[in-house]
Amino acid sequence: MKKILAFLLISLVAFSAFAAGQGEGGTIRIGVAGAHSGDLASYGIPSIKAAELVVDMYNANGGVLGRQVELVIEDDVCKPEVATNTAAKLVGDEVVAVIGHICSGATKAALGIYKDENIITISPSATNPPLTKSGEYPNFLRTIAPDDAQADVEVSFAVDTLGLKKIAVLHDKGDYGKGFAEFCKAQIEAKSGVEVVLYEGIQVGAVDYSAIINKIGNSGADGVIYGGYHPEASKLVSQMKKKNMDIPFLSDDGVKDPTFIKVAGEYSEGVYATGPVDTSSNPMAIKAVEDHKAKYGEEPGAFFLNAYAATIAVLNAIEKAGSTDYEAVSAALRSEYVETPLGKISFDEKGDAIGVGFAVYQVQNGEYVELK
Amino acid sequence: MNLEYFFSLFLGGLTRGSIYALIALGYTMVYGIIKLINFAHGEIYMIGAFTSLIIGAALAMSGMNPILIFVLACLAAIVYSAAYGITIERLAYRPLRKAPRLSVLISAIGMSIFLQNYVLLAQTSDFLPFPLVLPNMKFLKPIEHMMTTTQFLILISTAVVMVLLTILIKFTRMGKAMRATSQDKDMAQLVGINVDRVISMTFLIGSATAALGGVLISSHIGQINFYIGFIAGIKAFVAAVLGGIGSIPGAVLGSFVLGLTESFGTGYISSDYEDAFAFIILILILIFKPAGLLGRKENEKV
Repeated sequence: MKKILAFLLISLVAFSAFAAGQGEGGTIRIGVAGAHSGDLASYGIPSIKAAELVVDMYNANGGVLGRQVELVIEDDVCKPEVATNTAAKLVGDEVVAVIGHICSGATKAALGIYKDENIITISPSATNPPLTKSGEYPNFLRTIAPDDAQADVEVSFAVDTLGLKKIAVLHDKGDYGKGFAEFCKAQIEAKSGVEVVLYEGIQVGAVDYSAIINKIGNSGADGVIYGGYHPEASKLVSQMKKKNMDIPFLSDDGVKDPTFIKVAGEYSEGVYATGPVDTSSNPMAIKAVEDHKAKYGEEPGAFFLNAYAATIAVLNAIEKAGSTDYEAVSAALRSEYVETPLGKISFDEKGDAIGVGFAVYQVQNGEYVELK
Repeated sequence: MNLEYFFSLFLGGLTRGSIYALIALGYTMVYGIIKLINFAHGEIYMIGAFTSLIIGAALAMSGMNPILIFVLACLAAIVYSAAYGITIERLAYRPLRKAPRLSVLISAIGMSIFLQNYVLLAQTSDFLPFPLVLPNMKFLKPIEHMMTTTQFLILISTAVVMVLLTILIKFTRMGKAMRATSQDKDMAQLVGINVDRVISMTFLIGSATAALGGVLISSHIGQINFYIGFIAGIKAFVAAVLGGIGSIPGAVLGSFVLGLTESFGTGYISSDYEDAFAFIILILILIFKPAGLLGRKENEKV
């Protein structure tokens, strides 16, 4: 009899705790997970501060849906095996959404748990492409561009805007250049009606590129995508132009550098390069950084603005959805645009942020101009 | 597999070969006379490029005819680099004339590092645009997609320099003295040849060709920095060894073999392995002809 009584009592307590968590009068709990200690703590701690600043701001204005927002902070040390425990703890704390995790590996490990519990997860920093693109985790979103985003932007610009059909993809054989070129090649091959007619690495520092330029000409390419840095890009561009080869030349962030224009001079005119969307003049970003300095007395760290944007996006979506219901919030995140320090953002079907990441620039009159 | 493509690769290979040849000539001449691999040679080439850039930029302000500016800048680079060549020989090699060959070699490497860093500090570590370009020649218009004006100019200059050098060595008094010094330094001195002067002269000529190469090649590539001499120098050195170091026609032949191999390798196989082709050819030739294509066999004095 005593046992039954104890059981009843415990379930009653548990139930009341549950009611307090989800009831109308209680707080809305948001988890913040990531590397908060260990080697990579510097990547995770700025996210806590960003979330705190945003939550303070919302709470000072009466909270969300008339309820105060409460943060639940859990450390995963950037380790996948710890991240599953972190996730389980957050689930136990009944959070409605998680800002995190920080590292791609840890994020992937934790995501399965959140998915089963219908918890929205927004990472400010996990850039591994399949996290969103595999479609495995509909509950996952991120406010940072995935690793292959630059190639995405580049290829869709080349194919959809410039209408290129036969593309020569070159790279400098380095990690950055070759990685970018590989993503581009994969993207081009995934599209129909477009082909990679040439895929090659060039010799860095060579005295002459006429052989590879002849090869581009012979391949019948109507455009060149180059992955690498500006010294080789300027040699390629000027030697191509000197040989009257007038096909579009597209490159990456390594070429979106004023030195490229200085060195290639008139030959740089019309060259396209992708680069990160400029956020330095965004008033919200300036204010977020100022608030951080006022509260913590230092400049914010890595992924601060991304985490700031993620927190705003989640709270905004809850407000717009009118409840903390998973389906409603998830739909609101994808349908509503929200002003953040990264600009006006929303999320696509897969969970990648629209408006975050890379833009295409073109050299016009000796300057890189963002193409809208 | 069309003929025009083959032909443009061939011309590209010839240009590349001429570029290597302009630098390789200096290596091979110096080696022929004093058996020294002058590692600072690539730096002379780089200094030539920088000098012409500075002089050219200064002259450009006066609004002169671009062809005249190009020629004047070229001459300035040649004079300045030749002075550098002679000075290097005086400072870094002559005091070591009696020392073991390895010491001179180390001295040459030291000189190379010193000059690179000197330009790095005195000028800049950035890439600089090289604005000295000649107007396009009209008669090249129909084949411009295969050969540009600078490419044409590089080919012609290499041919002219090679012919002049051959005449100098074969038919002049200075040439005869050079050949004598190369064969036996002590004996040449005994018959009244001023060996020091001959060696200085060799450095002067070698440096002048390197400077000419520096200007032409830089205007072909369109950019320079303090490091260009090292990379170009290594390839030219390979070309000189390939052709038989010490031999002037050998250096030119080796450069063309190297340039064409790289061009056709890139064109028909893949540019991923451009350097690999260069070194495979080097290894193959050295296996079958250890002294290089036109090198003389030398009996090692043990």
